[in-house]
Amino acid sequence: MRQGLKIGLIGGIVAVLLSLIGMVEAFSQRDIISNVVSMGHTLLLLVPVFMGYLAAKRTPRTEPLWGIVNSLVTGLIVGGSLALLVIVGSLINLRKVFVNAMPLLYELLTFKQETQIGVFLLLGAGVLSGLLAGLLYLSPTLVRRVLITSLGSIVMAGVLQDLLRPTFSLWGPLAVINEWLFTANGLTLHGAAGLFILIAAVSYFWAQRGSSIRAGLRGLPPKGQRVLKITSSIILISILLTLPQILGLFLSEVLTIVGLYVLLGWGLNIVVGFAGLLDLGYVAFFAIGAYTTAVLTSPELGFFNLSFWGALPFAIFMGIISGVLLGIPVLKMRGDYLAIATLGFGEIIRILVLSDFLRPWLGGAQGIGKIPKASIGGFEFAGPQQIYYLVLAGCLLVGFVSYRLRDSRLGRAWMAVREDEDVAQAMGINLVTTKLLAFATGAAFSALSGAIFASKLSSVYPHSFNIMISINIVCLIIVGGMGSLPGVLVGSIALVGLPELLREFAEYRLFVYGAALVAMMLLKPEGLWPEEVRRRELHEGVSVKTESESLSGNEPSRQ
Amino acid sequence: MLQRWKRLRERTTPTDILMWLIGGAILAAIIWGSAATLTTGRYTSHHWFDFVIFGLAQGSIYALIAMGYTMVYGILRMINFAHSEVFMSGPYTAYYVAAAFYSSGLLDRQPILCLIIIFLVSMGTSTLIAVLLERVAYRPLRTAPRLVPLITAIGASFFLQYTFRGLYGSGFQAYPVVKILEGEWMIGEFRILKFQAVVIVAAALLMAALYFFVQRTRIGKAIRAVSEDKEISWLMGINIDRMIVTTFIIGGMAAGAAGVLYALMFKQVHFFMGFIPGIKAFTAAVLGGIGNIPGAMLGGIFLGLVESLGPSLFLDGLGIVAPYQLKDAIAFIMLVLVLIFRPTGILGERLAVKKA
Repeated sequence: MRQGLKIGLIGGIVAVLLSLIGMVEAFSQRDIISNVVSMGHTLLLLVPVFMGYLAAKRTPRTEPLWGIVNSLVTGLIVGGSLALLVIVGSLINLRKVFVNAMPLLYELLTFKQETQIGVFLLLGAGVLSGLLAGLLYLSPTLVRRVLITSLGSIVMAGVLQDLLRPTFSLWGPLAVINEWLFTANGLTLHGAAGLFILIAAVSYFWAQRGSSIRAGLRGLPPKGQRVLKITSSIILISILLTLPQILGLFLSEVLTIVGLYVLLGWGLNIVVGFAGLLDLGYVAFFAIGAYTTAVLTSPELGFFNLSFWGALPFAIFMGIISGVLLGIPVLKMRGDYLAIATLGFGEIIRILVLSDFLRPWLGGAQGIGKIPKASIGGFEFAGPQQIYYLVLAGCLLVGFVSYRLRDSRLGRAWMAVREDEDVAQAMGINLVTTKLLAFATGAAFSALSGAIFASKLSSVYPHSFNIMISINIVCLIIVGGMGSLPGVLVGSIALVGLPELLREFAEYRLFVYGAALVAMMLLKPEGLWPEEVRRRELHEGVSVKTESESLSGNEPSRQ
Repeated sequence: MLQRWKRLRERTTPTDILMWLIGGAILAAIIWGSAATLTTGRYTSHHWFDFVIFGLAQGSIYALIAMGYTMVYGILRMINFAHSEVFMSGPYTAYYVAAAFYSSGLLDRQPILCLIIIFLVSMGTSTLIAVLLERVAYRPLRTAPRLVPLITAIGASFFLQYTFRGLYGSGFQAYPVVKILEGEWMIGEFRILKFQAVVIVAAALLMAALYFFVQRTRIGKAIRAVSEDKEISWLMGINIDRMIVTTFIIGGMAAGAAGVLYALMFKQVHFFMGFIPGIKAFTAAVLGGIGNIPGAMLGGIFLGLVESLGPSLFLDGLGIVAPYQLKDAIAFIMLVLVLIFRPTGILGERLAVKKA
């Protein structure tokens, strides 16, 4: 009971907070299943389900009945807190203080009923979802996994409808599926049911047979494996090359932005993930790359009028130089001091660029415009569908370089520095060059990204280079898994791609980032896609390590 | 003598020399700029007096915020990055109380009482946020590697910022004018704005109270003991968790009070208002030697003075256009310089390399 009460109260606070900051309202504009469930309701529903599940999990397994009771109580309290919000809101005008306590919110919370009926409905919904969570926890693993996967994919399909719909409708036979699955807003009811059955069947099959299929693949002769590898990479590359044509203009734009963040992420990953130097001023190098390109190419200033390709080496060179220059002062700092010092550097660069003092050279607050687009032969990288290839090339290059660097002598030196600076130095690693190389490499990647960014927008403004970019990149590295290359990819898609697709989401982007960072650190500090080497190390270990122990090996600068 | 010289030469690396060159260049620029400004005589003594008073007022606010950073660092060895949001939450919530007082006319009739209530609401909210932060985000990570709590703190900072943005809206809210704080007093031939004087006096009183609490009471002694050595103080029967919570409470109260002073001075609140003062207060804490309470006070006031005098004193003399735009850059450059040349701060022990 006590567990249920406690967790229920936390859940209640979370649910009320989500409603009051306006997230539920914003999300309710989009339906998951047309006219049945909106995203806002799903968000609210997830709170009692998740909390109820947690409450059941906290009860000893020997007492399944108490588990159910606990999750019921949790659901009831979450529903009750929302009901309380509705009652209070109907008595006094909360809107004077809380801007988002709009009539629409109460309408959503009471399911468009009168206050009295709505309160009971809310309580009922809370109890039901709590019960559901309790039953879900107690059900066999297979059932649970299948249920969660298929329900999750319905939600995902609903959330990503803007991505799926135009893609499907481009292709003749798939357009039929599109008609059947989607309405203008959300999935159709039969579409959702169909999707549920399909995904459930697939995940059931995979749960039964998956391990044997994987074992079969691993058991293939080396030649067969190589063929498999080559075919899959050919398929992957051809998909990557045709992606903008498949997806259309808007989604290509999203892809380019994600790609730029992947570039930045891989660059910072070298500094933070490999060498363990938390750099919060990384945006400075991005800005330096962009501004170098702008100053060298823009006819608005008229200093040099180089082409993009002429300016690119200078931009990267400036990135490297500034990486070293900013790296030298912070060589002796560690951990949080380094973070704050680099944050200071990032701000100094932004303030300098913004100032009237440097205006004749850098354009001040108005920025620099008319930056020419890059072109090869006659092919101009003008729109997002063309710039995509520029970004893709950059990503492939940077990905390849960081992949090769990771296992090189230098990469291993970085990781040694990350694990313990003093021991690394005692082992004969030159800390100065190792750290400076990390800063310089990271800065070069960032400057490359900045150059592409400048040519993509055709203009640069100081406001594009604020601290949020640095925080974004740190976030996506942490969420993906520090030091992990695919992790950065996953992190960028999740933290940059999703918010771009969900316009309602944009306002709550940093809210979710903050919550994600805290939650990741508390629950899964190694990230969504941890480094392969680490995972292997952990599984080969003699003793079975717990998660917290695996963490301490995974995180840098542990003193 | 020769041997000592030799040893010194062996120890100095090229990067050290480069650093000293940069430091020397900056020092020369400051001296050159100041001399140039002073010889032109563009500013009268009245100007300088205004700058000093403004610097003192701003600096004492920084000092109050810096208390939170320095005490938490002393006890947990972590930078509470979200302290700037603790600072923001208080005055932002108290704004609604102040606005209600203003519209009901109570603020004009009973200004002292209203101000006290505003202060209490602000300090209460900030304290609540600080305690919640400690309980939810930091306590489970006390034994985690050092980078983990820092990243959590950054996450918590953004989470709190955007929670308050969602709750109260994204616009600037103008703080109501308190009539008794308007106007100016004359000291001899110098005039001093009333609210600046009040800010300085209030901050000084609060700092004195805090200093007394930490140095003279039993709880203060226990907090200092925990900062020295957690395990030994645990063996001595001190409840560590309670002391850490108390530290967060003190920091939260100081930040809440500083927040109202800040809001009275700049007359507006915003969900992002904590970021810049937060970083500057951290600079102040580092300047004074992090973990050191009198150091944080000194550092805050010093930073406030440099920031308000600096642009006109040495940037103007160097012929830089619109030097006030570079006010924040001065603070950040100072932060970086302190971290490089004297990580111990004015009064602190050498933490940056050894324990950090």
